[in-house]
Amino acid sequence: MPEQLFQFLVTGITIGSLYALVGLGFALIYNASDVVNFAQGEFVMLGAMTAIALLNAGLPLLVAAVIATLLTVGVGLLLERFAIEPAAGASVVTTIIITIGAAIFLRGVALLLWGKDFHSLKPFSGDAPIQIGGATVLPQSLWVLGVTVVLVALVRAFFNRTLLGKALLACAFNRTAAQAVGINVKVMLRLAYGLSAGLGALAGILIAPITFSSYEAGVMLGLKGFSAAIVGGIGNPMGAVAGGVLLGVLEALGAGLVSSGYKDAIAFLFVLMVLFFEPTGLFGHKASERV
Amino acid sequence: MPSEISSAPAPPAAGGDRLLEVIGLSSQYGPVRAIHQIDLGVSAGELVAIVGGNGAGKTTLLHTLSGLQPASAGRISFDGQDITRWPPHRIVAAGICQVLEGRQVFAPLTVEDNLRLGGYRQRRDSAWLGQQQERVYTLFPILAERRRQLAGTLSGGQQQMLAIGRALLGRPRLLLLDEPSMGLAPLLVEEIFRVIVELNGRGVTILLVEQNARAALAIAGRGYILETGRIAKTAPAAELLADDDVRRAYLGY
Ligand SMILES: Nc1ncnc2c1ncn2[C@@H]1O[C@H](COP(=O)(O)OP(=O)(O)O)[C@@H](O)[C@H]1O
Ligand SMILES: [Mg+2]
Repeated sequence: MPEQLFQFLVTGITIGSLYALVGLGFALIYNASDVVNFAQGEFVMLGAMTAIALLNAGLPLLVAAVIATLLTVGVGLLLERFAIEPAAGASVVTTIIITIGAAIFLRGVALLLWGKDFHSLKPFSGDAPIQIGGATVLPQSLWVLGVTVVLVALVRAFFNRTLLGKALLACAFNRTAAQAVGINVKVMLRLAYGLSAGLGALAGILIAPITFSSYEAGVMLGLKGFSAAIVGGIGNPMGAVAGGVLLGVLEALGAGLVSSGYKDAIAFLFVLMVLFFEPTGLFGHKASERV
Repeated sequence: MPSEISSAPAPPAAGGDRLLEVIGLSSQYGPVRAIHQIDLGVSAGELVAIVGGNGAGKTTLLHTLSGLQPASAGRISFDGQDITRWPPHRIVAAGICQVLEGRQVFAPLTVEDNLRLGGYRQRRDSAWLGQQQERVYTLFPILAERRRQLAGTLSGGQQQMLAIGRALLGRPRLLLLDEPSMGLAPLLVEEIFRVIVELNGRGVTILLVEQNARAALAIAGRGYILETGRIAKTAPAAELLADDDVRRAYLGY
C-alpha cells in the first residue's frame, strides 16, 4: 500500500508540474494586467502539436522543441499585440472575453492544420520504466520534473535578481508608480505574454509523450492551470507552482484511491473548497507576497 | 558640491529660457473638466510652487505634464520639444521625474529595489546610478540604514524620502513633487522641505504642488494659485504670501 501511494505521488507530481507551468503562465499575465488569459491552455496545445508536426517533418527532437516554443512565443506576442493591446483601456472582463475568443480561434486553426486526430510525441529518452523505491517511473516523468524545476528556478531568479523582472513586478504592485519611474507597461505586457506562451509551449512539449495531444487538449489543461493559479492565490507565481503540484497530487490520489473517472471532479471540488474557505488562495495575494 | 545630486546637464532651452513651457493646457476625466487653459512656465534652476485646495486640479496638472493623464487641449514643451503626446516612459527619459501624491513606493520591494527601479531609464549608465544612489543615501541616511528593508514597512516620512530618492535616480532635469507634506507630522514636513530647498540649491529645477500653501510659498521663488482647474493668480512667492486674498483663502489669517 505505501508503495502504491508513492506511485500515485510520482504520477501526481508529474502531472502537477505541468499544471504548475500553466498556472505560472496565468499568474504572469494576471500580474501584469489583472487579466486571466483563457488562451493559456492553447499555448500548451500549440507547443505540443507544433513540436509533433515538426518532428514528423523530419527535424530532430531538440530542434523541433525549440522551434515549436519560439513559434508559440510568437503567437503569444501576436495575441498581445493584435487582440489585447488594441483593447487597452477596456474593462478587465472585456479583455478576458477577448482571450476566450482568441482561444477558440487558436483551437480552430489547430483543427484546420492537424484535424481531430490524437497525436503523440515519442518519449525523449525511450520508454523503459525505471524502478525507484517500489514505484515505476517513466523516464519522461523525470524529464517533466527536471525541466519544470529548472524553469521555475529561472522564473524565480528572473523576478528576484533582474531589474527587468522587478520592473514587471512593479507593474503588478502599482501601475501608476511603474509608469512614473519610466517603465513602459506595454513592453512589460508583451514580455508577460511572451513568457507565458513559452512556458505553456514547453509544458505541452514535455507532456506530449505521456498524454495524447489534439486540437482540444488545451481546454482541460487551461482549466487545470487556472485552478492551480487560483489555489496558489492568483498573481502569486510561486503560489501557482505550489498549487499546480498540489492539484496534480490530489488528482492522482483521487484517481488511484477512488476512481479515475472522478479525477477532474476531485480537482475542481478542491478548487471550490479552497475558494470557499480561503478566497485569496492558499498562498496569499500578489501584493502581499514576495516571489 | 553644486548641482551634484542631479548631475544632469541643463542646457539652455531652445526658443526662450523656459525649461518647461505650458500653453492652454486642459485635461478632463470623461465629461469632468479637471484643469482648464493652464499657462505656466518654469526656468532652469527655479523652485516654483503651485498651491490650491483639495480637488483644484493639482494632481491632474502634474499627471498631464508627466504623461500619466492625456491632455485634451494645449501644448507642453520641455527643453524646446513638444512632449504633449509623449508616453510617460519617454517623458521620464527626457528628464521629467514625478514624485506621486501619497508616495506610492513599491511596498513589497526593498528600499534598494525601489531606488533601482527609479533609475530604470538610466539602467545602462551603472556608474552614474551607483554614484547617484550614494548621494541619495547621503541625503537620507535612514534609507541607507534600511536599504534591505521592504518599503512597505517604512514610516510615512521615510516612504516620502524614498519616493523622492526614487525620482532622483531618474536623473531629473525637472522634479515634480505632488504634496510631499501630505499626512506628515510638522517636524517631518520641515525636514522634507529642507531637503527640497537643498536639492534646488544644488541645481535641481523643481515644480512643487502643495495644499500647504504657507510652507510651499515660503521656499518657492514664484507661485501659482490653482482654483477649480484654472490659474487664478501668479506672482513671486513673497507677493502671494502678502496678498490679502491669498492669505484669507489659503493661509487662514
Ligand atoms: N480619476 C478621476 N476620475 C474622475 N474625476 C477625477 C479623477 N481624478 C480627479 N478627478 C476630479 O478632478 C478634479 C481635480 O482633481 P485632482 O487633480 O486630484 O485635484 P487635487 O490634486 O488638486 O486635489 C476633482 O474635481 C476631482 O474630483
Ligand atoms: Mg492631489
